[in-house]
Amino acid sequence: MRVRVDEDSCQGQQMCSIAAPEVFGSDELGHATVLIAGDIPEHLHAKTRRAQANCPEDAIIIED
Amino acid sequence: MTTVEENSGPVTDPTSDYNIFDAEFVRDPYPTMSEIRESKCPIAHTDRWGGSWFPTRYDDVVAIAQEHEIFTSRSITVTASPLRQAEGPYAGIAAPPITSDPPDHHWHRRLILPVFAPQSVAKYEQGTRDLCNRLIDGFIDKGEADAGTDYAQQIPVRVISAMLGVRDDMADEFVSWVRGVLEVGLTDPIVRLENRNKIINFFREELADRKKNPRENDLITDLLNSGDKYPVSDQYVLGVCNLMLIAGIDTTWSAIGSSLWHLAQHPEHRKQLRDNPDLWPTAVEELLRAYSPVTMARLVDRDIEFQGCPMKAGDRILMAFPAANRDPRQFENPDEVILDRQHNRHVAFGSGIHRCAGSNLARLELRVALQVWLERIPEYSLVDPAAVTWAGGQVHGPRVCRVQF
Repeated sequence: MRVRVDEDSCQGQQMCSIAAPEVFGSDELGHATVLIAGDIPEHLHAKTRRAQANCPEDAIIIED
Repeated sequence: MTTVEENSGPVTDPTSDYNIFDAEFVRDPYPTMSEIRESKCPIAHTDRWGGSWFPTRYDDVVAIAQEHEIFTSRSITVTASPLRQAEGPYAGIAAPPITSDPPDHHWHRRLILPVFAPQSVAKYEQGTRDLCNRLIDGFIDKGEADAGTDYAQQIPVRVISAMLGVRDDMADEFVSWVRGVLEVGLTDPIVRLENRNKIINFFREELADRKKNPRENDLITDLLNSGDKYPVSDQYVLGVCNLMLIAGIDTTWSAIGSSLWHLAQHPEHRKQLRDNPDLWPTAVEELLRAYSPVTMARLVDRDIEFQGCPMKAGDRILMAFPAANRDPRQFENPDEVILDRQHNRHVAFGSGIHRCAGSNLARLELRVALQVWLERIPEYSLVDPAAVTWAGGQVHGPRVCRVQF
């Protein structure tokens, strides 16, 4: 699993970093960043999917 | 149709005649929101208070919030702004970026976002914790307190004062001014204008002071010095100060109050939080969902049919975030507080380009206020549930909320 943030959609809700703080962080503006380069470890997959589901802006893109 | 007398008659059908200032709606808006949401007319309309639309389903509210070109922020309150009565140097001062539309909105927001990023607001955590402890020191020996006036009301105003670098003995006056604008002022344009002018007058002097005596690590000084990047004017900086008071005080105060009111009646939730401290971030989101304080308004830019509703240019829309956040199409058991709710796509802070800029600060204040309260006062209850008073309209939360412990 790989994940990225659609920067045009992200509004800095930070719902992703609350659901999966190991995977998502914040840039200077408070918009989401992905903390893990490359594949997301399996034990974080469920949290990552929850982060995607909880984003009101649909800004989290998961590539399996 | 702007006076209280003209608008206060009984409501028979909320889908065609709702009144967000009705006493019962102010006390407990959720049954009415649910009735509208599950009716054939989930976007209600009223002629009261000059007329407005009231979308209640999650998908509709989010779509409106995200369509900022059609649903503009030229007005964000249910009643017309009395700004046109303001004259001279006050006439153009708004509350950027909440009142801004693109293209100016971009830099209006860009300048303040770094101040409110999660890593930036973290530095206010210890001060907020100390403040909460001091407030509790003041009443813990009495065995009784007002969770509203003695605690929830006292916290955000002091955090915001610290951020703005202004004297913290202004707290009571700030609270009074903000209530004048947002509580009484929504239905009384004269009170609203008077209190708005008090806010602007106060910050005009603060700006003059910072120009003479610039400070290090000071929000107002930093904003005044941002002119090399953006066309920053005194009007903009005054507007941001205005916004921080208007948007940063009774919103978070209401969220803290509602959460304390809820926890007073749910010993099982207090225990759950005591037993599982890791639950706090998830629990805070659930309390924000279930007791979303804010309903923001928009002004329709041009005639449009939205979900079958014939909206006209200049119509007002009330984005009922509290109703959206209890939509069963989006949330299972929406009226139940489930502190470990995993799927929670709430929009308590709105959606789209106007997502609440202070959301990370609000979350921090709410979490710390509740954590400190439960550390110091693990068991408590309402003195008299019927005696709790509520503010409503566009910001919903308890005001007088006596508890015993």
